[in-house]
Amino acid sequence: MKSTAHDFKARARRALGDAALRRAMAKAEGGFVAKRQAAVAALPEWKELCAAAREIKEHTLQNLDFYLERFERQCEARGGHVHWAETPAEARAIVVEICRAAGARRITKGKSMVGEEIAINGALEEAGFEVLETDLGEYIIQLAKEPPSHIIAPAVHKTKDQITELFHAHHAKLGLTERVTEVPAIVNEARTVLRKGFLAADVGITGANFVIAETGSTVIVTNEGNGDLTNTLPRVHIVTTGIDKVVPTLEDANSLLRVLARSATGQEMSCYTTFSTGPRRAADRDGPEEFHVVLIDNGRSRMLGNEFRPMLRCIRCGACMNHCPVYQAVGGHAYGWVYVGPMGSVLTPLMVGLDEARDLPNACTLNGRCQEMCPMGIPLPELLRDLRTRVFEEGLDPPRARLALRLWAYLARRPNLYRWATELGVATLGWLGRRRGRFASLPLAGGWTRARDLPAPAGETFQSAWMRSRGDAR
Amino acid sequence: MTDPVPTPTRPRVALLITCLVDTMRPGIGFAAVKLLEAAGCEVEVPTPQTCCGQPAYNSGDAADARALARRMIEIFDGYDYVVAPSGSCGGMLKEHYPKLFAADAQWSERARALAARTHELMSFLVDVRGFEQVPGVRFEARATYHDSCAGLREMGVREQPRRLLASVSGLRIEEMKDRGVCCGFGGTFCVKYPAISERLVSDKVACACGTGADTLLGGDLGCLMNIAGRAQREGRELHVYHAAEVLAGMAAEVAPIGEARASVAPAPKPAA
Repeated sequence: MKSTAHDFKARARRALGDAALRRAMAKAEGGFVAKRQAAVAALPEWKELCAAAREIKEHTLQNLDFYLERFERQCEARGGHVHWAETPAEARAIVVEICRAAGARRITKGKSMVGEEIAINGALEEAGFEVLETDLGEYIIQLAKEPPSHIIAPAVHKTKDQITELFHAHHAKLGLTERVTEVPAIVNEARTVLRKGFLAADVGITGANFVIAETGSTVIVTNEGNGDLTNTLPRVHIVTTGIDKVVPTLEDANSLLRVLARSATGQEMSCYTTFSTGPRRAADRDGPEEFHVVLIDNGRSRMLGNEFRPMLRCIRCGACMNHCPVYQAVGGHAYGWVYVGPMGSVLTPLMVGLDEARDLPNACTLNGRCQEMCPMGIPLPELLRDLRTRVFEEGLDPPRARLALRLWAYLARRPNLYRWATELGVATLGWLGRRRGRFASLPLAGGWTRARDLPAPAGETFQSAWMRSRGDAR
Repeated sequence: MTDPVPTPTRPRVALLITCLVDTMRPGIGFAAVKLLEAAGCEVEVPTPQTCCGQPAYNSGDAADARALARRMIEIFDGYDYVVAPSGSCGGMLKEHYPKLFAADAQWSERARALAARTHELMSFLVDVRGFEQVPGVRFEARATYHDSCAGLREMGVREQPRRLLASVSGLRIEEMKDRGVCCGFGGTFCVKYPAISERLVSDKVACACGTGADTLLGGDLGCLMNIAGRAQREGRELHVYHAAEVLAGMAAEVAPIGEARASVAPAPKPAA
């Protein structure tokens, strides 16, 4: 997926004016927040469980090479193939080649954010394959030709009415001419259409929530069962995932799954948790003939060695965005790439470039709610601030903001000048605003007064008034 | 909350005035001094204090942030406590100075020592001084309380202001929906991304007014100016004060934030 993160401000403004988006987001946010809260409240050992999960990820990251190689050995010992891709382009080439070698025509896909990260659909379609997304949300946005706007609910920005119209526009030609307006009917119609796709597919591509070094297995969680049909029915199963998804043991994967479901959707477990271990064995009644795992780096190994390493603990639960007031206000599309909300504002600059995405780490109030909600204890505000430091050091921030900042710091280092300037400033503004007590507009303060009045200062600084009244400063 | 510094009978407290209180609403500073003195402290205002460096720090200008932080560390050296009428500026000293100097052997020790002595006003009064009541203070209002994010998450300020305000006669606190959600101020965020900030603060004003309150109180002037300014732009009847002004019994004598003295009644309307 091509990034449009550089256009964040304009996209955010458009999104803020979109009433349908606001309705869809408000509905989803309420659900996510309340369900997570209930699930966490129902588990007395939630904090300990999260601490254990963090420990597992930290240990794995400290020994990442060991566990990745162990995964490779175990996967291949069970007849699977492991491929390594440093860049999205390498990953695309590997997947396209596997599909070609298998003589495939039709491909089904389970929801995979890494699939979006490497823009696999476009590459496959360009190579002449037919690609069908089978996760309901992904299917909806595939029809709408839109990118996902949430990592676990890719079509969260759509209202039910929009989906009704979208299905009608695309399904009428398949003989499904009646408008479906209720959720069960919408799901049933998608199921009817997708079923044919599942049965006709030559290759199934999924992501992985975890890959297990001990057993060489990959794990996906879904609530629709589409993942099972994608990785069991076709002749070839390809898993595209990041190198950060490896965990040492089956037991570890279980601990993380307990955290993931609760933090993501407020479930104890997702409806389906599917482990894929190698291709079909002689005695198996179903399963793919070939099993491929494409492990993608795309900047992750660089993060392992710098200040952004905690981000590699991320299990993609989406709690940070569900609790982010900025994400809730502008929706996922404003962020301009695959990963959105706080985790996306960290990952996107690291994966597509800081100059492309310099707005993302800055478009945050540093309120800290994301960190509070992150089960993996990722210090998201701190990482965003670290990115701001890089933006500043590379001179990518707007010159005017930079000048104002440097001027303020210059003054603040010179107490006499600072006092003189602040006293003059507040005396002037205090006099100008003495009648109304506030300003509806003021030169150079348009950023503030665009949306709100500016209180007028009292007219004297505290420090000056204090000196007058007490004079007991050191 | 424990404090490593042994507390003398009358501790010397340095007031971190904060740029906004210093320039925009000095009365909050006097209210803080009055409360601290009532809580048995000897209050001083180190005068060469300017800015704690937070705007630079949050804008990625680490060099300027460190230069300003070094000044403040020196200025606030030697006091038993440093107290700010702001969770955000207090949080800068307490949470972020140690991080700024983590790799600096010379300054990290001093930054950590300052951090250990630094407190937000409300939590200092209640947790450190055991000062939980303001006898004789009266303020007629039906108010809601805004939790500032830095106070809430960096300084652990949540119940302390509510406990103090509960002792003010005539004051009723109505909790608003989404109390843990940011008001959209975010320091320079509100001017860098005004459209997003507008949505956030509009939502906050709607939540505040949804309680039926006529007054909003809080502990951080940045958030309060943001909320007051938006409520006024929308023509809402919501009078905004810093909680310290109410607790010090000074709110009835001054105009609410952003309102002209002449236009307000002697005190906000009594609860409906």
